[in-house]
Amino acid sequence: MAETPIVEAPILEAKGLHAAYGQVRVLHGMDFVVNTGGVTALLGANGAGKTTTLRAICGMARSTGDLLFDGRRINNLPTEAIAALRVGHVPDGRGTFMEMTVEENLRLGGYIRRDPIEPDIERMFTYFPKLKDRYRQQAGTLSGGEQQMLAIARALMIKPRLLLLDEPSFGLAPLIVREIFEIMRQIIVTERTSILLVEQNAALAMTIADMVYLMETGKIVLSGPAAEIRKDESVRRAYLGY
Amino acid sequence: MTENMSRLLRLVFIAAALLVPLFFASGYQLFQLTLVVAYALSVLGKNLVTGFGGQVSLGQGAFYAVGAYTAAILMEHFDVPYWATIPVAAITTGIVGLALGLPALRLGGLYLALVTFAMAVSVPQLLKYKLFENWTGGVQGIVLLKPDAPFGLSLDPDQWLYLFTFAVGAALFLAASNLVRSRIGLAMMAIRDQPLAAEAMGIELARYKTLTFGVGALFAGVGGALGAIAVGFVSPDSFTIALSLTLFVGMVVGGAASISGAIYGAIFIVFMPNIAEEISKAVPGAIFGLILILFMFFAPGGIASLVAAQMRRLRLTR
Amino acid sequence: MEGFLHQIISGIATGSIYASISLALVMIFLATHQINFAQGEMAMFSTYIALTLIQGGVPYWAAFVITLVVSFVAGIILQRTVLEPLARAPILASVGAFLGLLLIFNNIAGWMFTYSLQPFPSPFGAGAPILGGLLSRHELGSTAVTLLVLIAVWAFFRFTKLGLAVRGAAYNPVSSRLVGVPVARMLALGWGLAAAIGAIAGMMVAPIVFLDPNMMGGVLLYAFAGALLGGITSPLGAVVGGVLMGVIENIAGAYIVGTELKLTTALVIIVVVLVVKPTGLFGKSLASRV
Repeated sequence: MAETPIVEAPILEAKGLHAAYGQVRVLHGMDFVVNTGGVTALLGANGAGKTTTLRAICGMARSTGDLLFDGRRINNLPTEAIAALRVGHVPDGRGTFMEMTVEENLRLGGYIRRDPIEPDIERMFTYFPKLKDRYRQQAGTLSGGEQQMLAIARALMIKPRLLLLDEPSFGLAPLIVREIFEIMRQIIVTERTSILLVEQNAALAMTIADMVYLMETGKIVLSGPAAEIRKDESVRRAYLGY
Repeated sequence: MTENMSRLLRLVFIAAALLVPLFFASGYQLFQLTLVVAYALSVLGKNLVTGFGGQVSLGQGAFYAVGAYTAAILMEHFDVPYWATIPVAAITTGIVGLALGLPALRLGGLYLALVTFAMAVSVPQLLKYKLFENWTGGVQGIVLLKPDAPFGLSLDPDQWLYLFTFAVGAALFLAASNLVRSRIGLAMMAIRDQPLAAEAMGIELARYKTLTFGVGALFAGVGGALGAIAVGFVSPDSFTIALSLTLFVGMVVGGAASISGAIYGAIFIVFMPNIAEEISKAVPGAIFGLILILFMFFAPGGIASLVAAQMRRLRLTR
Repeated sequence: MEGFLHQIISGIATGSIYASISLALVMIFLATHQINFAQGEMAMFSTYIALTLIQGGVPYWAAFVITLVVSFVAGIILQRTVLEPLARAPILASVGAFLGLLLIFNNIAGWMFTYSLQPFPSPFGAGAPILGGLLSRHELGSTAVTLLVLIAVWAFFRFTKLGLAVRGAAYNPVSSRLVGVPVARMLALGWGLAAAIGAIAGMMVAPIVFLDPNMMGGVLLYAFAGALLGGITSPLGAVVGGVLMGVIENIAGAYIVGTELKLTTALVIIVVVLVVKPTGLFGKSLASRV
């Protein structure tokens, strides 16, 4: 066994993670890590259990096994408590507060912060200038792409140590998606937050991930550093479809 | 416990419920039991609308009042014999129910509860209204005479009234039981549980909901008429929101989605205040409220569901 | 003509009391999608608490504030113990719980304080009509108070972080939890506010109609009508609707049906609104997930 260099502990680690909604078991023993400062992509088709994984982390699905955040076990903590640990979650469907303005959405994002959040709002404008234009507009009137940007900005207001992204490309035109992922690359560099990205679009996810896990019906069937998987054409074709 | 045995047992119960009080109960107790039947019919109407139909209506007291006043007005102003007022009260209240049901049911859910609540609150004012005073007797109401037993039967008025009310009640309960088991009943329950699926299957929501509402009103109307005759008078302040709330409690305590639940509920309504007054002279209403809340938490299916659960355990352990 | 003007102005005065209860109803509806059938009885009970304090020698405004605090706390407790557990229960269960509360408050009030009418003092003086005979001092005072309350509530929701969180919890509880808002506590807070607002309305209406356990029945009905008229999803609509109902009550009472059918008038308005435009003047349809 090769000597592994000493690196920082992963910010999120799952060991034998099982999760269920009530009586319905969805995840059957998953192991994965999100490296500190890294981007982990969780890939798989519809129904594989990707969203459930994120929900389990946020206490919205009952889990057994180990979910370790910074070495600390966080299974089944209330959702608000997970947010207080500075885990930002961009849910599937964006979760926009439709009746509220863009400003109010962002302010809600910073709810748990005690320090002034204006500088962070300004920073969101540098990532997403469109939000500045629409600052006082009702969030429900924004386009899908803009709502996705708003959702990401909202999650970033926490100054998250871990950012959970649930299918950011869903339902968006390819051009918008590319724009968003471009901005994400900036964000990764500037915010120094770790990311767990759930995506159906494997090719897209691979452009920013450093670790890749492929899920099928609640289990991980393929895993490895993104660089290696990218190189292995047969694996890409067979499992990731490109 | 086979099907036939349980059916036989049920018949025995019914016969006993009729005959035992008839010959052994005092006049006052017979009066109370007559009221039980009248209320049971009203609660049954509620069960049909809410328990089986899934529509929360808080206005059953209003329909009870319609039935009661119909009977009273017919007897007082038109000399109609008491037994003939029953079908008229039934039809009148049924029509009122249908008429109110048509707009009200487009709403459903909480809005229906709200409208029927408003209905129930405004009934006494309507009954006291000067314009109708000649018919309704205004604030004083109308006094009715208790009928004597016909054909020279050797029963006193209380006994006869109990027999009469029981017979009417039994007939209507049978009808309700058949209704629930019929295609109409299945449609109602489908609408209650999965309205979208029901509509997709071709069940016309509006028609069935209105029909159910009308039938529920009809039952309350008959109950009201019988109750009025038993009590011997009608007056606006007998039909406040308190009546609707009482019937609601009866439905919940008895078991909303159950025919027999109506009987348990009615027994509870009539006899509980006496027991509640033993506990505290002043607050039977509050105890009603407390029991209502407790049932919502611990026995939302009412006494009927508790009984059914027991029966299932008996059958399983055999 | 002066009579007409008087009816309108007086209607606005009572209407602002209705508006307070309408607002409380709308707040609870927005937050929990439940209709608080017990709102009137809660307000009535709070008013009795105030009366007891005043009769015990506590000065009016002190009693006022104490009652507000007690009502606020009671509202929170009620939400946590009775209503939160039933939040996901079928309609029948939650309606049943509200009706149960209605019965409990009404009967306990009757037991503790008897059913006879009792006068309730007005802090504004019982003096003769002022402003050229258009308004009594109490009407003017109570309108000012309710207006102040409504503005304060609006400001709370619009400008404070806590108010933002309560709105978020009401509109989108899931997303709120994701940003760390303790949703259950926010809903309880909303309930506390609604209870306090109701208490104010009760204390403003009692000097006019005299205090008895059934005092709020008609008020509640008018508040329902006002909330529906304005749009049960719109706080602004609630206020406008409530005030309108006060005016309609007076106009209808003086010129159309007489004062004996006030409750029926409210019923008619409710039915008309629900049939013609269920979302009311300012409301938006709530899309329900299929």
